[in-house]
Amino acid sequence: MRLDKEESKKYLKEIRRDMPASKHISTVFRAFLTGGIICCIGQGISDIYKNFLLKGAEEDTIAGLTTLTIILITGILTGLGVYDKIGNFGGAGSIVPITGFANSVVSPAIEHKREGVILGLCSNMFTIAGPVIVFGISASVIVGIIYLFV
Amino acid sequence: MTIFLTYLKVFAVGGIICVSGQILINFTKLTSARILVIFLLLGVFLEAIGVFKYLKDFAGAGVTIPITGFGSNLAKGAIKGAKESGFFGAVTGGVKAAAAGLSGAIFIGFFVALFSNSKSKT
Amino acid sequence: MNRQTIFFKNPVAITHTAAIGGPKEGEGPVGKYFDYVLSDDLLKQKSHEHAEIEMQLHVVRCLLNKAKLADIDVDCIFAGDLMDEIIGCNFAMRELDVPFMGLYNACATFGESLILGAAMIDGGFFENAVCSTTSHFATAERQYRFPLELGSQRTPLSQWTVTGAAAVLLENGKNTDCPVRITCGTVGKVVDYGVSDANDMGAVMVPAAMNTLIEHFKDTGRSPDYYDLIATGDLGHAGSRVLQKLMAEKGYELKDNYTDCGILIFNREAQNVIQGGSGACCSTLVFSSYIYNKLRNGTIKKVLLVPTGALLSKTSSLQGETIPAIAHAVSVEVVG
Repeated sequence: MRLDKEESKKYLKEIRRDMPASKHISTVFRAFLTGGIICCIGQGISDIYKNFLLKGAEEDTIAGLTTLTIILITGILTGLGVYDKIGNFGGAGSIVPITGFANSVVSPAIEHKREGVILGLCSNMFTIAGPVIVFGISASVIVGIIYLFV
Repeated sequence: MTIFLTYLKVFAVGGIICVSGQILINFTKLTSARILVIFLLLGVFLEAIGVFKYLKDFAGAGVTIPITGFGSNLAKGAIKGAKESGFFGAVTGGVKAAAAGLSGAIFIGFFVALFSNSKSKT
Repeated sequence: MNRQTIFFKNPVAITHTAAIGGPKEGEGPVGKYFDYVLSDDLLKQKSHEHAEIEMQLHVVRCLLNKAKLADIDVDCIFAGDLMDEIIGCNFAMRELDVPFMGLYNACATFGESLILGAAMIDGGFFENAVCSTTSHFATAERQYRFPLELGSQRTPLSQWTVTGAAAVLLENGKNTDCPVRITCGTVGKVVDYGVSDANDMGAVMVPAAMNTLIEHFKDTGRSPDYYDLIATGDLGHAGSRVLQKLMAEKGYELKDNYTDCGILIFNREAQNVIQGGSGACCSTLVFSSYIYNKLRNGTIKKVLLVPTGALLSKTSSLQGETIPAIAHAVSVEVVG
């Protein structure tokens, strides 16, 4: 039994339950806090490399090492089952940073490990983060080609 | 004092980027994969039109740690490659510049997953 | 029989029930009525899928133990779960020497199994039957949503899949003096009101529940007040309120005797479940523990159980399909 389009729209409108304003404020605040803290940790790691561990290294090296370090920390937190709790608290604050990308690579890999290393873990590693890589690389190639002509 | 100010800027800008992501989630029900792609492409775009480096000078990790930083890296590499070695560079430059994030995520993801299992959630 | 409702000539008795709940369900308001509460939702198995199969097997064995039956004494098992190709039940039945009919109506499977089981017994084909379902938070989560370790917020209308397995034993009413009887059952239709948001199961299933309830009241000539308890399967807090509102508009007011198993099973404030419980086992678990207990000790005498199911798959959702739903109503009464 189906409703036609018009009636269906009416039903959807009738039952629409908007999120209360308090939920919006709280999720946005938590995203701000979580995102801000993660970025500050990134800045801290980068400062430590720049000022102590690798004085005088190139900026790109330091940026790359910072990314690696953050991905490593996220990977470990995901493996320990902690990152999903941060995610539940922080929402977009823990998705948008590079930590969210790392988490979306590691979590399906862990989830599918029980179907084997090759066909489970490896094949499912990019079920969530795949589009990021496809879009990222394709966009970069397009940008590069455009720059050949300008 | 300058250190405090630097970190304040990092915190504020990073936080605001994440807030815009949260607002998208709250009002459009986008899932994490789409949110990541949107901010990645934003980074590619900002880099391509030459705006990203000013943001980076201002907020440092506040714009490079969000996935926009990864996007900007990809675009920056492709532009650099295009300038240095033409078409071949345009195609390969992006991945070269983003190699840290890519191989880091794959390698670390592989090893972490080998040694951990999903936990029960309550 | 009217169009959708089957009236049983010799009301079929529900003589025993067995319920196994996960750790979180055990802490909930109805946890104290379970036969077993798991301390670990992995049951020392190598995957959550194996754990679910194990739970299904355990609950049937527990039920047979309580009824002092061997598996060869059981005429048939009607069971289902949420995993692809219902492997939870199919694989558990390898260990038992019992004829088996595997069912799938998502979270409405329990209603389907009760009606089928009762019809087979009342028709004289079987002397007894086991009706059972199982569901597991971790297997449902990976199948319908995201990996467990992915950091994401649960959306405001989402529900928490119940981890547990439960089973009931139906027997021919002539062979027992157990007063708890299935008097009639209304088979539901697949109803699709055009909702496509897989995180809003309440909105998806309300039309199906409403359709079945109205047909049930029409076929039986009863009103909602006839029952001491009307319990839908897993509409959740928001969904139940919508059902009450829409039913009232149709002239059937669901008052204080109405509740939802998804509301009963968890403590909403303390357990972070947002809209309440869901899953194939949600209604089964609540019925076999809390509701059956109340029927047995006579606190309530007339119950209408309406398990509700959303018939989506991950593929159908990704291909932009709207989500159809189904609900079956089963009237369980204390007679004599």
